[in-house]
Amino acid sequence: MAIPALEIRGLSVTVGRKRILNSVSLTVGEGEVHVLMGPNGGGKTTLLQAVMGMPGYRVTEGKVLLEGKDITGLPADERARAGLALSFQRPPAVRGVTLRSLTSQILERRGAPVRAGSSLAAEVALEAHLDRELNVGLSGGEVKRSEMLQLLALAPRVALFDEPESGVDLDNIAVVGEAMRTVLGIGRGRAPRSGVIVTHTGHILSHVPAHEAHVLLGGTIVCRGLPQLLFEDVRRHGYEGCLKCRECLGM
Amino acid sequence: MPRVPRHVRGKIPDLDPGHFRRAPRGKASPSLTGGLLAGCALEAGVDLSGSGRAGTYLQVDRSVLQREVLRGFGDHVEILPLGEALGRHRWLREHLWSLVPAAADRYTKAVAGSEQEGYFIRILPGRKVGLPIQSCLVMARSRTLQGVHNVVVAEEGSEAHLITGCLLHAGASSGLHLGVSEFFVRRGASLTFTMIHSWDETFHVRPRSAALVEDGGAFVSNYVLMSPVGSLQMYPATILRGKGSRARFQALLYGRGASLVDIGSRTVLEGAGCSSETVSRAIGADRSVIVARGTLTARTDRCRGHLECRGILASGKAVIRAVPELEAEGVPGAELSHEAAISPIAEEEVAYLMTRGLGREEALATIVRGFLNVDLLGLPPELQRRIDEHLAATPGEGAGM
Repeated sequence: MAIPALEIRGLSVTVGRKRILNSVSLTVGEGEVHVLMGPNGGGKTTLLQAVMGMPGYRVTEGKVLLEGKDITGLPADERARAGLALSFQRPPAVRGVTLRSLTSQILERRGAPVRAGSSLAAEVALEAHLDRELNVGLSGGEVKRSEMLQLLALAPRVALFDEPESGVDLDNIAVVGEAMRTVLGIGRGRAPRSGVIVTHTGHILSHVPAHEAHVLLGGTIVCRGLPQLLFEDVRRHGYEGCLKCRECLGM
Repeated sequence: MPRVPRHVRGKIPDLDPGHFRRAPRGKASPSLTGGLLAGCALEAGVDLSGSGRAGTYLQVDRSVLQREVLRGFGDHVEILPLGEALGRHRWLREHLWSLVPAAADRYTKAVAGSEQEGYFIRILPGRKVGLPIQSCLVMARSRTLQGVHNVVVAEEGSEAHLITGCLLHAGASSGLHLGVSEFFVRRGASLTFTMIHSWDETFHVRPRSAALVEDGGAFVSNYVLMSPVGSLQMYPATILRGKGSRARFQALLYGRGASLVDIGSRTVLEGAGCSSETVSRAIGADRSVIVARGTLTARTDRCRGHLECRGILASGKAVIRAVPELEAEGVPGAELSHEAAISPIAEEEVAYLMTRGLGREEALATIVRGFLNVDLLGLPPELQRRIDEHLAATPGEGAGM
């Protein structure tokens, strides 16, 4: 049996004193793209942050396995070097650190030529922004494209995308979507990579096809299914309808 | 209760120059070697091979070891020991001590009371010096005093970048460096002065400097301190006397070890339409104490000045104090502003960079390097790279918190 690219086993996560996730399990196979949906406060961002190993997200139960290796106790940098990457919904501004210098550091670490940074920037139309400070004074679309540039440089084996289309106009969604396809190796003549996409609207799915969707409600996955069908159901019945699905699945 | 280091309660030590002996003149320190000296000088941005520099002045203790102007720049720049320059230019005597009073304090008195040692650099009228000029003042003997008096004249319409490295030679320990510098920026001239200090915790440093900028002149003063120092106190003054004259001060301070640093600048805005910008960035690591001062004094209606002090406290035992001051003396049309901020290294930023594969120490160093933003200084690329490497290699033991 093939080892999944990413396996989340019964993960419970506490932020401060509050338990946000309760025994969440999710398996992403090699080359698969999964979608996480759910109302605000349902725990989607918490799940991605916890999987990435961000401080402040305390795992109280369960495990995270990357290509079969338990990474639950590793800091974020070791997870990144193991092949995991996260595109932030709202990344922090880092004054004084330019997009060019960070991209160069990432490429250098991977042993890739630093000059490749310029062509990667061209893919997300950010050549003119390379000397700007990270996320300082950027528009919503520019922030997302900056995140995509960093993921392109990282070339992860598993990519996590937290609301890649939020605050982005239609033109920018197309650019972001194209970059996500590159990161995920879709239609690029190489073995596709794996990913998890958090999305509210599902707009990004017209650019990036997904295999399976999950609804996260109250810190628990309550429903799973084909992405388009699940979005259609949610549109018709709201997230309350997912609770019935939970009963159907015997969850 | 926060742990405040004991030495914070004291002020910058008021040292008696008489307690330090002067090195003998014309005798090199026995520990002095060319290779070691070149290595130390590089730390302070001075390349003793002269590569990529229009001219070089090198003084070790009290001996002038090198003074040369690159071929092709002979009719652009004059570089002389001050004593020799006084013999050549009668007018220079009137300039001496005209900006820094000889009796200002015990340190200026100590310099005024001894032989004139230091450099004279003059950029000739209308000459634009395409390569930086460098000077290097080295202390090679332990437990000594080095007192220098420097004069820089940027003649009308000229343009130059002067890099000065003040440093100690490997093996030297404990000493007092006194440096009086007077800058004259004539009409329409542009002078960038970058001073890089490289000391250790046994050295005390008291520079005393002032600049006068005439009509349309521009004076940029950069100061970089990356290494520990026993105590350092300086408060350079600039008088923007000319119409449309401009000044910019940038100080990058990395407080390491038990360094005690009290540093600032004062700009007097007198000329119509003059403007000034002061930026200081300080990292307080280990047990260092940094006082970052800045004063803007407006004496004309049509002037503008901004002052910015930003600090990152990277250690629970360090102290940063920002003291911005604005003074408008009967000139309601003057525009003066300041901003000051002291903050920790944001954990959120460190974590973000770590998701890009940077280890914690590397992420901290990247943020520190970005905060100190050496790019701002407009230094020659190789010097900028060296400072950058220095920052990356030694982020300071306290930076990790």
